[in-house]
Amino acid sequence: MIKSPTRRKRLLWIVAIAVAVVATAWGVIRAFNDNMVFFYTPTQVLAGEAPSGRSVRIGGMVETGSVQREGLTISFRMTDLKHSVPVSYTGVLPDLFREGKGAVAQGELKSGVFSASEILAKHDENYMPPKLGKDAK
Amino acid sequence: MIAEIGQLLLSLAFAASLVIGLQHLWGLRRVAAPGVDLAAANRILGTTAFLTFVLVAASFGLLATLFMGSDFSVLNVAENSNTLLPLQYKFAATWGSHEGSFLLWNLMLCGWTAAVALASNALAAGYRARVLTLLLVLQAFFLLFLLSSSNPFERLLPAVAEGRDLNPLLQDPFMVIHPPMLYMGYVGFAVAFAFAVAALMEGRLDPTWARWSRPWANAAWSFLTIGILLGSWWAYRELGWGGWWFWDPVENASLMPWLAGTALIHSLAVTDKRDALKSWTILLSLVAFALSLLGTFLVRSGVLTSVHAFATDPKRGIFILSMLMLIVGASLVLYALRTRDIGLGGRFGKVSRESFLLANNVLMSAALGAVMLGTLYPLFAEVLSGRKMSVGPPYFEAVFVPLLLPAAYLMAVAPNLRWKESTLPAVLRPMLLPTLAALLLATAAVLWLGPFKWLTVLGLTGALILAWGTADHARRQLAKLSTNGDSGSLGARAGKLGASYWGMVIAHLGVAAFVAGVSMVKSYEFERDLVMKPAETVQVGSNRITFIGVDQGSGPNYVTQHGVFELTEGEGKVIYLMEPQKRMYQAGRQVMTEAAIDYGMFRDVYVSLGEPVEPKPGEAASDQGWSVRIYVKPFMAWVWIACLMMAIGGGTTLFDRRYRLRRAAAPAADAASASSPAQA
Repeated sequence: MIKSPTRRKRLLWIVAIAVAVVATAWGVIRAFNDNMVFFYTPTQVLAGEAPSGRSVRIGGMVETGSVQREGLTISFRMTDLKHSVPVSYTGVLPDLFREGKGAVAQGELKSGVFSASEILAKHDENYMPPKLGKDAK
Repeated sequence: MIAEIGQLLLSLAFAASLVIGLQHLWGLRRVAAPGVDLAAANRILGTTAFLTFVLVAASFGLLATLFMGSDFSVLNVAENSNTLLPLQYKFAATWGSHEGSFLLWNLMLCGWTAAVALASNALAAGYRARVLTLLLVLQAFFLLFLLSSSNPFERLLPAVAEGRDLNPLLQDPFMVIHPPMLYMGYVGFAVAFAFAVAALMEGRLDPTWARWSRPWANAAWSFLTIGILLGSWWAYRELGWGGWWFWDPVENASLMPWLAGTALIHSLAVTDKRDALKSWTILLSLVAFALSLLGTFLVRSGVLTSVHAFATDPKRGIFILSMLMLIVGASLVLYALRTRDIGLGGRFGKVSRESFLLANNVLMSAALGAVMLGTLYPLFAEVLSGRKMSVGPPYFEAVFVPLLLPAAYLMAVAPNLRWKESTLPAVLRPMLLPTLAALLLATAAVLWLGPFKWLTVLGLTGALILAWGTADHARRQLAKLSTNGDSGSLGARAGKLGASYWGMVIAHLGVAAFVAGVSMVKSYEFERDLVMKPAETVQVGSNRITFIGVDQGSGPNYVTQHGVFELTEGEGKVIYLMEPQKRMYQAGRQVMTEAAIDYGMFRDVYVSLGEPVEPKPGEAASDQGWSVRIYVKPFMAWVWIACLMMAIGGGTTLFDRRYRLRRAAAPAADAASASSPAQA
């Protein structure tokens, strides 16, 4: 159909570029989908809304009096003032991690215990996870 | 009194920028501006630029005075300073708050405007007037924002006896210079923006436009690079996490304009040298500044909860957002209307230096899009669906490496290509052997260091090729001069190649060092959390770390638990005494970890002190164990040095003789602008 060789060449280029763009976009979106981490409150976790086998974040307050340490391993309960979820973590904690303060844990729910790979305590004394902030007011 | 004077000075600066800016914007709205005395307009605009700079600088000085004198009848001072604060941090606290930092932002903008007024006498009069007008209008916008929703001089009556203290995280020497550098970069893109919009207003692009715009864009980009470097280094030392880039939205907010800026300075090179890619360069000028504003919005609006978001006042967010929409929207509409007049410019072959520079632009833009998706999508998703989510570092790493590693390989080839039309085999043939050598070297290194990872090999090969390609090109350029009969000394011949060329060489070598550093640190870093008791020793790589103990100490405004560790190498030779601290700042009772780092060219050893571990029953209190985090980061220093080289490279280009404006360089441009047909 396309007679002129220059036009055919141009068409080839356009096709090649389109393929490259689509492939890149597809790769980016797939990486994006694979690495989305959703945020849940302890109430949602107990209601079974959080998927298992996938990394999620839970946020709330570190329940006062719930922190127990053994060497590097720490366990505590994360609460949204309605329900609480047991959390365990091994490693050095951030500076602002304290009982009665807000924290976010990333990890997976394993047989009723949230096994955290990372604990984030926001670098702000007044920080509250947004949902909790709304409810608590 | 001081606070009121400061506020008055700001108001005067606002009024002057607004009146003079809008008056000239109206007067110069048409392509040909009949009846406008351009010489007089330039005089007024220039004077206003200097005047507003002096006013805002004086106001900034007054705010600093208030901080130094701990005047707690000013809200901003009461909230962000404290009598216990060491003097240098009292000064730095001036820009430690949202209000103060925005005043700094404005000071920078006025500074850039004044610098443009000072250095642009040789520009065509109509064009210069438009550039200065646009900058003054921008000044008016931002001063209005400062005065209306973030007044740094607001009174607190009755005054409090003691201030709340500067966030301890910000009490660090590098944090003192990080914001000014970053803002110099952000705001510096306003100049390239104004140059581009002025060109759009005139509906034509002077061939020398890119040459005028280049040094400004390069300067802004260099400042931004330094700003990001300092922020990243600060995070490395101060957050106590050993990380240096977290893909936190706030970091991404500064990375986005950097990527756009990187694309811009390369695109400008093509427009300057070949008069090509004109529309695209203009668009990038607009985008780089738009992203700087977006970064300001993200950080300042409280949309993000993080250390930077001092403000959680939604009014401010809405104000910045509407300003962003207005400025970006108006400039993009103008772009859409006028871009046809400007055109793409010169054409070039599929294999040419232009096409490779365009490829750089495409890769940078793709990376920019990916960062934007990861940063903004969670915000939109939360607003639209109410679900809170985030995308972590794995996403950014998965996307960034495949997009930007090829850039390193392209960069090695690009300088060897001729402008307009070139052939790949002729350029690639001499590179074949070095590429093989680099591949072998990288493979051998990775095999030796183990575990084997292809990505590390590709990264190291890219770095080697890029370094070799850049250095070899410089060598051949020098040799070419002497075969062409230049008998000058090496220094004289190097001078002939121009500061711009050497700036590129330094920056590209910096990129090579960066790729090497990141490949090494990402592949071979080593992290360990453990509990240590006094006199206990742990082996990390070829080093041993012995925990001596923890004692109490105090600083000017904190008490500290001061850990001592011995870092030894070989037969017990102590090479560094590591003293990480756990500080508690008295004013706010915040706890801060100060990591101890033994810097080295090839590895950093990093120790941060966790918490005391309760002793088991029957153990002596002197045996108190502590949780400790230890990192070994190979080639970490390369990352910092690399960023510094990029910034120095960008700075070096400013000394190029080509950028020295001479009046003769733009003859009769005014006449041309006056005679071109009116479009608007």
